[in-house]
Amino acid sequence: MNPVTELWRSLIEALVALGDVSRFLLRLILATPRALLRFELIVRQIFNSGALSLVIIMLSGLFVGMVLGLQGFQLLQRFGSEEALGVAAAIGLVKELSPVITALLFAGRAGTALASEIGLMRATDQLSAMEMMAVDPIERVVVPRFLGGVIAMPLLAAIFSVIGVYGAQLVGVQIMHVDSGSFWSQMRAGVDFRDVNEGLVKSCIFGVACSLIAVYQGYYAIPTAEGVGRATTRTVVSSAVMVLFLDYLLTSAFL
Amino acid sequence: MNTPAAIVEIRDLHYAVNGRPIFDGLDVDIAPGRITAIMGPSGTGKTTLLRLITGQLRAYSGSLIVAGQDMRSLRRAGLYALRRRMGMLFQNGALLTDLSVFENVAFPLREHTDLTERLIRQLVLTKLQAVGLRGAADLMPAELSGGMGRRVALARAIVMDPEILVYDEPFVGLDPISLGVILRLIRRLNDVLGLTSIVVSHDVTEISSVADSVYLLSGGKVAAHGAPRDLQASSSPVVRQFIGGLPDGPVPFHFPAPDYFGELLARGEGH
Repeated sequence: MNPVTELWRSLIEALVALGDVSRFLLRLILATPRALLRFELIVRQIFNSGALSLVIIMLSGLFVGMVLGLQGFQLLQRFGSEEALGVAAAIGLVKELSPVITALLFAGRAGTALASEIGLMRATDQLSAMEMMAVDPIERVVVPRFLGGVIAMPLLAAIFSVIGVYGAQLVGVQIMHVDSGSFWSQMRAGVDFRDVNEGLVKSCIFGVACSLIAVYQGYYAIPTAEGVGRATTRTVVSSAVMVLFLDYLLTSAFL
Repeated sequence: MNTPAAIVEIRDLHYAVNGRPIFDGLDVDIAPGRITAIMGPSGTGKTTLLRLITGQLRAYSGSLIVAGQDMRSLRRAGLYALRRRMGMLFQNGALLTDLSVFENVAFPLREHTDLTERLIRQLVLTKLQAVGLRGAADLMPAELSGGMGRRVALARAIVMDPEILVYDEPFVGLDPISLGVILRLIRRLNDVLGLTSIVVSHDVTEISSVADSVYLLSGGKVAAHGAPRDLQASSSPVVRQFIGGLPDGPVPFHFPAPDYFGELLARGEGH
């Protein structure tokens, strides 16, 4: 086939998919008020997506912070400004690394679990059975999982930042002997509310994007073993690309 | 054949999937308070018919009236109201795997009523007792055998005291004991609860022993209709083939294919 028509066709397909996802998001938002009445379902999903992702988030945060401490120290030492390590690590973490890496890890840990769980519920007729019991699966199954992810993401990103700063401190102060007082005081002076706000907004938007992609892929998975597998893979790939794309847009918007 | 008080009334129903007609002028009347079996070879759309009756699929053309409601014009709220008067047993049970047996049966009550915990407990235990699984209340669905899972699903289907109970292939993959249990439950629940039961199945002997009336579907139409005994005595070739389990007849053994020798002798194009 002609490459131009091929490109045109895939562009149209992408637009149609975007339209479908937007309509699905609208359905979720419309069902949200009723789903909020059953808050215990949402709390359980915050636990599933959030608390169960804590170990991977904390470990990754620690190592990312430690690498930042090491690399930052090497670089700043050349200019004799090792004390700036605290502010450099904190800004890097809060504005950029925490939201992005948390979102990528979330897609891999919680997003795949959401997509395969909902997909398997579809494949084993559990969603049809709910429909037959006059219970809307969007309201009972999809929205609580979606909201659970949306709420968990900024919390996870915040924890990632905290552990990351601790990791940077561990390497910078404890091992490389940067002065502890200036490490913390420069951080406090250099990181202002706008930086924290940027990270918060990013992780909230990533939370919506990753959770939406996961529940959408699960809900519309082809009800076979192969279909659910493909939905899981797509969740990770689409989430990763979407997060990095949105990150660029948001970063330029905050400049 | 034409009962005026039919609880499900289907007239001249046409339905197609991807241009392939499944139903081509189907007429079915389901009498209230009785067990009606819908039989037919695989692929004749028995399950599709159930999904049309329960509103999971929308009728393509023709009329489909369930409990006085026209399914084609029914909006979502009306459909959900109608479904509270229906129960459905799915082929694999379709229990919610993250809830225990007790919670599965309690699920419709918790979703649709404000009953006290004590009353819910009593209702659920009564229904579990009716299917003989009160002792399994605390198990998870994964710990149940196929037959037990289907009985739990049956308890869940009757917990809201429906008027119509729909069974999709309730005998598939069951051992003879579980099969006997399910058969007896279908009959007993129908008579004790005053239900209307619609059973889709292709297990001729099993369903003939319990059904009051049978519809045999073939080629998108009703091939035969009557009491099981009448069908046994029928001389229609389709009925004879189906009841007798003959491999070839009006329903051909071969899926439509090009000429056999021609394809064998061809030089392997296409495959």
